[in-house]
Amino acid sequence: MSKDLSYLEAIREALAEEMRRDPKVFILGEDVGAYGGAFGVTQGLHEEFGDMRVVDTPISESAIVGISIGASLRGYRPVAEMQFADFISCAFDQIVNQAATLRYRYGGRASVPIVIRAPSGGNVSGGLYHSQNPEAWFVHRPGLKVVAPSTAYDAKGLLKAAIRDDNPVVYFEHKFLYRRAKGPVPEGDDIVPIGVAATRREGGDVTLLTYGAMVTPSLEAADRLAKEGVEVEVIDLRTLMPFDKAAIFASLEKTSRVLIVHEDVKTLGIGAELSAVIMEERFDRLDAPVMRLTYPDTHPPFSHILEQANLPNPDTITGALRRVASY
Amino acid sequence: MPSIKRTKFKLSPEQLLEMFYWLKLIRAFDERLSILVKQGKVRSGVYTGIGQEAIIVGTGFGLRKDDYICPLHRDLGSFLMKGVEPGVMMSQMFAKTTGLSKGRDSALHSGVSDLGIFGNTSMLGANLPVAAGLALTYKMEHTDNVVVAYFGEGASNVGDFHEALNFAGVQRLPIIFVCENNQYAYSVPIEKSMAIDDVADRAESYGFDGVAINGNDVLAVYQSTQGALARARSGEGPTLIECKTYRWHGHSEHDKAFYRTNEELAMWKSRDPIPTFTTYLKGLHVLSDQQEQDIVERVAKVIDEAVEFAMSAPDPKPEDAVTDLYA
Ligand SMILES: Cc1ncc(C[n+]2csc(CCOP(=O)(O)OP(=O)(O)O)c2C)c(N)n1
Repeated sequence: MSKDLSYLEAIREALAEEMRRDPKVFILGEDVGAYGGAFGVTQGLHEEFGDMRVVDTPISESAIVGISIGASLRGYRPVAEMQFADFISCAFDQIVNQAATLRYRYGGRASVPIVIRAPSGGNVSGGLYHSQNPEAWFVHRPGLKVVAPSTAYDAKGLLKAAIRDDNPVVYFEHKFLYRRAKGPVPEGDDIVPIGVAATRREGGDVTLLTYGAMVTPSLEAADRLAKEGVEVEVIDLRTLMPFDKAAIFASLEKTSRVLIVHEDVKTLGIGAELSAVIMEERFDRLDAPVMRLTYPDTHPPFSHILEQANLPNPDTITGALRRVASY
Repeated sequence: MPSIKRTKFKLSPEQLLEMFYWLKLIRAFDERLSILVKQGKVRSGVYTGIGQEAIIVGTGFGLRKDDYICPLHRDLGSFLMKGVEPGVMMSQMFAKTTGLSKGRDSALHSGVSDLGIFGNTSMLGANLPVAAGLALTYKMEHTDNVVVAYFGEGASNVGDFHEALNFAGVQRLPIIFVCENNQYAYSVPIEKSMAIDDVADRAESYGFDGVAINGNDVLAVYQSTQGALARARSGEGPTLIECKTYRWHGHSEHDKAFYRTNEELAMWKSRDPIPTFTTYLKGLHVLSDQQEQDIVERVAKVIDEAVEFAMSAPDPKPEDAVTDLYA
């Protein structure tokens, strides 16, 4: 059985089902209680699970993550909400120094099974502090897993996987997709495993690696290229750490050309790492340099004109695909 | 309601009228912004301070040009009082090049160094350590300048708040911390986010005085501020002034604020700082009906011109998305 859900509803359903399944799962964050969260993701959960499992916190991101770590050491599985991914920087120390390193310094004898939900991404006229894509900061820190779903199906399945995972997982949910991405979502347990990419479109000429809100414009660009006789294989990474090397290499076997598209800035974004790995391990399979189309190295501006100038879109992706295909 | 006429620091009739003008202008500015959001003309998140104007005016009035202010997200009026043109503030909300950030961000995320205005990020409480840094330089230079730093009661739960107050206390910095306690942090009422009644009590643990006052009484706010300013200017260190108030609108213009009752809102509206002050001025024969009418018309004209200026100002150019990143 499956039903059509929005990306946002799919996240809520994953939370509700996991909380029903496991009494150790609880939610904490700002305005997540009766209010239901800034975007309404936790709506109805306070009603069902009460004050002690849907915990409204003061404005204290660092404490929200620290408290989650503490509870996780006693067998709980907290799901912490950052009101916006932009505010995750306020909790940076607890994530990168406390959560990420704990297992290592405990000699492998403990783990931190927490999930940090972070509504990220632009194209919502949010300006500098309500549009950020800070995923690379966390990919850069060993000990953390990082996921970024693009569909309602994955939003649910990946969140379930994240909650059940024994490691700290930073779960980036894209605000632009909340109500725009809709699709069939199975009822009950359909886990999307962490670390496995999805091929959204098959093709033998160019591999396009992307994730999050860039998947849809990438597919649109791929359709345009098909009309020019170039078949693009679009791979949705879904997990950024650990990313699915096998899927990337398998596609590269067919295409020998790679374009990476992401909404995060270019310098030391995920694309830099993917490109380096491909160069190191599959240099001989390449017929063209690995190319990137990303946000420029700048901040996400408020002005619609400025923001649209920065975001990759079907036109700019089409152009980049042509460059890779014709190299 | 406590009486409105504590008069340790005397104000002339002209000054009282000027205060009245600012109260009216700031209210009208926010009201217009609220309408512009509903009309879809302003896409920015708008956080009005309607109901809280007495704090802005009572603390801002009589500050010197070379004193520094560090406003919070509802304090658009502070920018106006410190000398930013209404048209410039309006342009900021319209993402025009004539705004403070030239379209890069909206809201109050920009400052003007020459006017002694610090522009915060979205990150609540992050303005307070910066305020302490500004005040430190006044101490280093043995000037009698003062920093006035604003924060909500919600922001006083952020680590940055405590770090800033501690440092200011240790260094006995010339700084006034103004808490605009409007009872709610987004949906969360104060009793759900702190276990004390008065934010003012927090000052004691950092070694300086905190007072809780009626924030809807512009003269009470003014008197307290003048006392704190005099102490700060003479090297006696910081003061925390907690102004009890209420925000009439939702957290942002998109928030329906169903977490509070109509009765509560009505009760606070009956404490509207503006009519109280109007009645007081009329009782003193400082303000005639005709003068009131003139001021209302003057305010309407200023706002109309500001909107006109902003709407006809140039949009940013796409290439400006990547400029002004480095000095
Ligand atoms: C560090 C941080 N966390 C969360 C937010 C989201 N947020 C914006 S305003 C707000 C409530 C602020 O309450 P308060 O400080 O009391 O000021 P008020 O809005 O009531 O004036 C929240 C949670 C933020 N801006 N910064």
